[in-house]
Amino acid sequence: MEMEMVPLAHYLFLSATLFVIGVVGVLVRRNAIVVFMSIEIMLNAVNISLIAFDRYLNLHDGQIFSFMVMCVAAAEVSVGLAIIISLFRNKPTINLDEFNIMKS
Amino acid sequence: MLLKLTSLVPLYPLIGCIINGFFGLRIGKNAVGLIAAGSVGLSFLTTLIIFIGLVMTPAEERVFEQVLFTWMAVGDFTAEFGFQIDPLSMTMMLFVTGVGFLIHVYSIGYMHEEYSFYRFFAYMNLFMFSMLLLIMGNNFLIMFIGWEGVGCCSYFLIGYYFEKKSACDAGTKAFVMNRVGDFAFLLAVMYIFNIFGSIDFTTVFHAAPEKLIYDSETVTIITMLLFVGACGKSAQIPLYTWLPDAMEGPTPVSALIHAATMVTAGVYMVVRCNALFALAPITMWTVAFIGGATAIFAATIGMTQFDIKRVLAYSTVSQIGYMFMAVGVGAYTAAIFHMVTHAFFKACLFLGSGSVIHGLHGEQDMRKMGALKSHMPITFVTFFVSTLAIAGIFPLSGFFSKDEILYHALMDGNFILWGMGITGALLTAFYMFRLVFMTFFGKSNVDPHVHPHESPKVMTMPLVILAGLAFFGGALGIPLFHGWHILHNWLEPVFYFDMPSALEHSAHLLHEQGKHAPSWSHLLQPEGDHNIWVEIALMLLSLSIAVAGIFGAYICYIKKPHLPGLLTEGQWGYDLVKNKYEVDEIYDETIVKPTLEGSKLLWKECDAKGIDGAVNGIAQILGWFSNQARNFQSGFVRNYALFMVVGFIGLLIISL
Repeated sequence: MEMEMVPLAHYLFLSATLFVIGVVGVLVRRNAIVVFMSIEIMLNAVNISLIAFDRYLNLHDGQIFSFMVMCVAAAEVSVGLAIIISLFRNKPTINLDEFNIMKS
Repeated sequence: MLLKLTSLVPLYPLIGCIINGFFGLRIGKNAVGLIAAGSVGLSFLTTLIIFIGLVMTPAEERVFEQVLFTWMAVGDFTAEFGFQIDPLSMTMMLFVTGVGFLIHVYSIGYMHEEYSFYRFFAYMNLFMFSMLLLIMGNNFLIMFIGWEGVGCCSYFLIGYYFEKKSACDAGTKAFVMNRVGDFAFLLAVMYIFNIFGSIDFTTVFHAAPEKLIYDSETVTIITMLLFVGACGKSAQIPLYTWLPDAMEGPTPVSALIHAATMVTAGVYMVVRCNALFALAPITMWTVAFIGGATAIFAATIGMTQFDIKRVLAYSTVSQIGYMFMAVGVGAYTAAIFHMVTHAFFKACLFLGSGSVIHGLHGEQDMRKMGALKSHMPITFVTFFVSTLAIAGIFPLSGFFSKDEILYHALMDGNFILWGMGITGALLTAFYMFRLVFMTFFGKSNVDPHVHPHESPKVMTMPLVILAGLAFFGGALGIPLFHGWHILHNWLEPVFYFDMPSALEHSAHLLHEQGKHAPSWSHLLQPEGDHNIWVEIALMLLSLSIAVAGIFGAYICYIKKPHLPGLLTEGQWGYDLVKNKYEVDEIYDETIVKPTLEGSKLLWKECDAKGIDGAVNGIAQILGWFSNQARNFQSGFVRNYALFMVVGFIGLLIISL
């Protein structure tokens, strides 16, 4: 049963939209957790385009790559949350505008 | 071979210097004195042994070179570290180590109260080492090391009392004035290397008649530069003003460095280079006249000074003028002869004045002396003998050596030079006896709190020996009869110069250049016969001149002590001479001050504002940029992310 395939452009469009949402989220939100979630959105946007290409071109590398990205994302989440917790312990807030200790 | 001991001669003082310099404070004064005097004594003994070795070799083979190692070899240039022993350097070595030893012994007594006794002797030994290098070197470079070494030690020792500003200034003055001469000397050495491709004495002097044209510009420039070097070291016009100031140093230093040895180095150097000077008649003429002028000039200043050491200093300048006069008329033996006798009597005079100063607890003004004859008999007798010698009284050493110079000046056909010499002799006799009469005779003007006393034996013994040498030193060069002049026979091989063949070479070289050689035949005329009667007449004349000078001093300072005051009161001429012809002031105004002002200008305007301003300005501009760049680093993570995004978009736009 041959189904009509969704064209590649749709997937890429979705992926790009998600990515821009993520970027804007990182830039405009102040809450560290939301920024963090935006980063996750960007990573998954990339995952979508990887899988789409994989399927469309009949390759298997894309799937492997997306697993890789998920692993990195998971590791990043654990480290990132730990950083956020220690930030919160220093100052009872996770508003990123309160933190500029990287400056000298 | 006895001559193989050569390298030991300078080695002893060097070892003495190292031991005294590094461990002097620890080993105590007695040991320091023993090591210092002992090392020079050993040098003297070794020199005597070498002397015996040299006498035993046949006269024509009396040149011995000992090369220790090749010091540097760069391309065509090689310099050896080696010594050359010939009758000339031997003569110098003998009197330098001999007189040096006596002065070292004397210094043990004279300097005994000093705290930094060891420092004094370390410098003295270093001086002996440098002086011996200067004398014994077998090439210009070794001579130059010694030349600079003695200048350096002279600086150290003039400024020995460095807590006194005048002593420091005098040291600096001596050093700077010497630098002028040293620079010329160095230029001459470079020029010589440029022409001969070698700086070895033997090579250069043998090649000189073949490579240099008689009376050419090249040889005149070389010899003039060498002579400027000699002027600096030997305190001749116009570079003499440092020597009187050098009297700020301890008296033994004045005796050793500024009378007997170092200041005669210039004469030695010119005599050593006689093969070059023989080819440069203009330079010879200059040397003779500068010498004669200095002899009179310094003598007139010497007549007006009241500091006992300054009188002797001007006397030294004047006597070295005589030596240059002798060199200038080609009487090299006479110059060396006078150098040796001068070393004896002038060292004795300086040490005697040191003994007087010691006995009067540091008083140097002759107006506060007088009638010391009975208080210090040994000093008086030795001083008197040396004064007779320098005044030129028969049969003391100065009579023979000075007379020989005057004889040669006259035989050179130059009456002006001879006149200068004979006037100088009159002045010398006058100012020396003025000194003796003011110091030892007349009525005592000594401060009543000071009780003059004779110096200890360690000081008087060297005085006695030196006075003996000053008395009998004339025996080295008895004139009149052929073969009696020991020094002349001894030095003759060194001064042998084949003028006819040199002129032939010059004519040949000129011919090759397509020029016509001028007639030099008048130079080749055989010397006039040695006229005994002329010489005897001259001796009687100079003797009577000396007696006249002494009589004049006797009238002025014993018979009618008020006379000098009457004669000199308010005379502008006298004031001019007394102020040393204002030469120091003129130098200050024309050279020292403009240099200082110019340096200040360069420092304040050019260095502080120009160079420092440029460097600091660049730093400030960079700092401003850094400050601007710092604002980018706000520390807010989201700012950084924004920059990243903007950058990325920028890249995208570019790549589209």
